[in-house]
Amino acid sequence: MPAFNLTDLGKVRSERFGEENAAQERDIQPQFTVSNLNFYYGKFQALHQINMQMPTKKVTALIGPSGCGKSTFLRILNRMSEMTPDTRVEGEVLLGDQDLFAFYPTYLRQRLGMVFQRPTPFPKSIFENVAYGLRVNNLLPSKQIAERVEESLLRAALWHEVKDKLHVSALSLSGGQQQRLCIARALAVRPEVLLLDEPCSALDPLATAKIEDLIFDLKDFCTIVIVTHNMLQAARVADYIGFFLSGRLIEFDKATRMFINPSQKETEDYLTGRFG
Amino acid sequence: MRSATYPPTRKRVVNMIMLSLTGICALLVVSVLIFVLGYLFINGALSLNWNFFTKLPVPVGENGGGMANALVGTGKLLLLASAIGVPIGLFGGIYLAEFASSRTASFVRYTTDLLNGVPSIVMGIFVYTLVVLPMHHFSTYAGGIALGIMMIPIALRSTEEFLRAVPRALREGAMSLGASKSQTIRTVVVPAAIHGIATGIMLDLARVAGETAPLLFTSFNNQYWSPGWNQPSASLPVVIFNYAISPYEDWHRQAWAAGFVLLSGVLLTNIIARFILSRRTHLAGS
Repeated sequence: MPAFNLTDLGKVRSERFGEENAAQERDIQPQFTVSNLNFYYGKFQALHQINMQMPTKKVTALIGPSGCGKSTFLRILNRMSEMTPDTRVEGEVLLGDQDLFAFYPTYLRQRLGMVFQRPTPFPKSIFENVAYGLRVNNLLPSKQIAERVEESLLRAALWHEVKDKLHVSALSLSGGQQQRLCIARALAVRPEVLLLDEPCSALDPLATAKIEDLIFDLKDFCTIVIVTHNMLQAARVADYIGFFLSGRLIEFDKATRMFINPSQKETEDYLTGRFG
Repeated sequence: MRSATYPPTRKRVVNMIMLSLTGICALLVVSVLIFVLGYLFINGALSLNWNFFTKLPVPVGENGGGMANALVGTGKLLLLASAIGVPIGLFGGIYLAEFASSRTASFVRYTTDLLNGVPSIVMGIFVYTLVVLPMHHFSTYAGGIALGIMMIPIALRSTEEFLRAVPRALREGAMSLGASKSQTIRTVVVPAAIHGIATGIMLDLARVAGETAPLLFTSFNNQYWSPGWNQPSASLPVVIFNYAISPYEDWHRQAWAAGFVLLSGVLLTNIIARFILSRRTHLAGS
């Protein structure tokens, strides 16, 4: 399987399609550079030789059928995978130009926010939920916390719904609101990257639409990696798409290109609904 | 017509017998409790008066008097027992649920269950040897230590159970924000389980409040106030025991009253604990 190099891709594209932003994209350092990544649960190899470069401040969607390793891959990026016993990583991942595995995990996780499949509000007030990351890491003097909480809730498009009840338990919110609260909570520490693990799979279509709008707006602040098994969602929100199948990255490309003209047979089969 | 004879007579009879058998057994369980409660209420509540709560016991032959010293004694014993049993149970439970490898955990769990099965009289003798003999006298200390040790297994196991019920997603949510493992436990996991943990400890306390055997060897008994912690002390269960086997009518009445007070306390604790548990915040994802 060829390793896709964005810089080369950019060149090819600019020659072939004359895209304006290709040159500009070439100069930006990738957010993640993954080389020859293998991952094992005990003896079972869950990921095989993953190579990719994820662009900065773009939305990258990881798609593929259940059990293809896309969530596992996401959990490696903020090293949450290490919490599962008896697992092993091989290969290299760079965050910017730094070795991901050389970070102190709790420090790394401040730079990479994560939102999970089901909303996970803490049994605390709405305010304290958003302030949590700031408090446990002592990131801000307490006077500035209120300001940051408001900013985060505004960015997560939740402020107007909760501004009058910040001290009410977060568990009283609806599922969609709870999920946006979790996004606000992740944004409060101003992460470089937001990792979203099927963030809408437990939500109804209206709540899903709100989150998708939000993802679109958040691109200005951080790089977003979203795992989804909903292809329409990937098409709606993603700039880049990585297609996983049986632990391998089959294809990684611009969303527009992948949906119009996938280069791999498996991708085409999956996208046209022939399996998965 | 098939429907009229179906199910066959034999099946219907067996059905009816089994139904009545299980029903009667269920009724027996309930009626035993109601009988005990009713009997205690009739005999105990009627002998109860204000003096019971405020006066010291009086010598045989004199009427009246109360059990103020035993009430205070039981309170002090339970306080001491909690001071020993709650921290050990709580932190042990946290270790078991959050840190122990599965092998260590199953070893600790097995040991705890064995400790829970140790007869209370054996626990009394154990503390007698450990505390009373070196000190050369009975004391509230010794009684509190005995009850405290008896509290540990249940406090530990119930803490562990409630911590394990906290969804993994909640822990991962905290860790993904850069919280360390100990911060996650302190600020998210324990608060999420605190209602359950508190309930478990209350029920545990209610259980040891009625223990008699370990106290016979440790805090013994006392006709008077027991100042401080270093002297023998009266306690409700031991006083009930002593008064009930005495030949005096008035003491029997007092024992009934003490039994009633003790049971009311245990019952009340149970009801409060259930109330707290039913009102506990619902955990995310569960």
